[in-house]
Amino acid sequence: MTPFSYARAGDAATATGLGMAEGAKYLGGGTNLVDLMRETIERPDRLVDVTGLSRMIAERDDGSLMIGAAVRNTAVAEHQAVRERYPVLARAILSGASGQIRNMATVGGNILQRTRCAYFYDDAARCNKRVPGAGCDAIDGFNRTHAILGASPACVATHPSDMCVALAALGAVVHLENTAGARTLPLVDLHRLPMGRPEVETLLEPGELITAIELPPLPWAVRSTYRKVRDRASYAFALVSVAAVLDRSGDGMVRDVRLALGGVAHKPWRAFAAEAALRGRPASEACFRAAAEAELADAAPLRDNGFKIELARRTIVAVLNELAGETA
Amino acid sequence: MLITINGQGMEVALDPRTSLLDLLREHLELHGTKKGCDQGACGACTVLADGERILSCLALAVQYEGRSISTVEGLADDGRLHPLQQAFIDHDGFQCGYCTPGQICSAIGMAAEIGRGVPSAVTADLAATTIPPTRDELRERMSGNLCRCGAHNGIIDAITEIYSAEAAE
Repeated sequence: MTPFSYARAGDAATATGLGMAEGAKYLGGGTNLVDLMRETIERPDRLVDVTGLSRMIAERDDGSLMIGAAVRNTAVAEHQAVRERYPVLARAILSGASGQIRNMATVGGNILQRTRCAYFYDDAARCNKRVPGAGCDAIDGFNRTHAILGASPACVATHPSDMCVALAALGAVVHLENTAGARTLPLVDLHRLPMGRPEVETLLEPGELITAIELPPLPWAVRSTYRKVRDRASYAFALVSVAAVLDRSGDGMVRDVRLALGGVAHKPWRAFAAEAALRGRPASEACFRAAAEAELADAAPLRDNGFKIELARRTIVAVLNELAGETA
Repeated sequence: MLITINGQGMEVALDPRTSLLDLLREHLELHGTKKGCDQGACGACTVLADGERILSCLALAVQYEGRSISTVEGLADDGRLHPLQQAFIDHDGFQCGYCTPGQICSAIGMAAEIGRGVPSAVTADLAATTIPPTRDELRERMSGNLCRCGAHNGIIDAITEIYSAEAAE
């Protein structure tokens, strides 16, 4: 690790004041950043510990849920309102990492964690994300875990979060703050596709801090779930994951649907094309399959990850079948 | 900074780069907590922070100022093993023993999580307030602790004996 100074912030104003400095980084639970610092992939001059900021989960009168950015992943997953009203979010968080890591990791840190592409971590490999302009050894390398959607010739890495896939499906809004002021951004717009600049992963402005996540009221999210397909039964990153929320009418039609994919792209992938193909259509396996096809029409396999296209198709269909089969 | 280790308050002066694991092993000579991968993949460094299981290798010690840390050295009571330590012996819950302190601390933290109704990835009913500690639940919840000797069955047997008599049926 390269040397850094450490400061603990008690409130957002103090945090953003300290965080504006060149070379400063916000520190949550450290489960990704400390590892990246040890590998000297991240070399901050200053760490601003923001774990003392809001750990509140507040149910608001309009039915929305505000989750402070410093809330631990375990605390979100065990919260009664999350379990009852947004099961997809509880399931997504519980399928990620391990019990120990979920106890440490914050909501803000989970969102801003970096890819686990092995070439990003290996300083003997070329990586445009680590060294802009260096090239990418993953594109022609061992890439079975890499992206099939939205990748670029510069980067084929995936975003590793499970939680973010559920947040994308739920239409979560990210609350941001820096010394210039506060703003909100839909989670699906926070992360970028790599295009020519894979080192720029989000639309965050300098010194901007995630202060909270807002889950909009979505009464039909009680019928939602998350399925993660991975190389072993637990404690592994997703090859493909699906977050789904289904509102099926009494006559078996899809009144509304939310669908997002993990493990397939540089960002949590909201499946807008599949959703559009499903609204107003029968909640049947044939329609689910057609929707999956619509979403994956532009999927581009690399040398080793072509299986992900079929895996994503089958997982989407299986999850929607499961939700359609549940009694209202 | 002040930190409590196994019930004893300690004043330590640290470079902020020091992990909680290195504080324990290199500064305080508490070698029970093990360094396996040092990157959050194996669970050998698991300790309890105010009763919650965490990975000490990914924890900067400065973040734990004022907190209370429990390690495997703090489990025995006046020379008598913690019941879970004894159960690991009785059920051959280890071979080389390197992962054992992390397994035991993790299991203690895990039991507290089940006790307060935290669901897991294999919990069928998220709304349930009590979760039966079945073998599947225990295996899922202990998946962050790897044992390269392959003693996982004995480990789960030991945990089952202590925390879920009903699941052993």
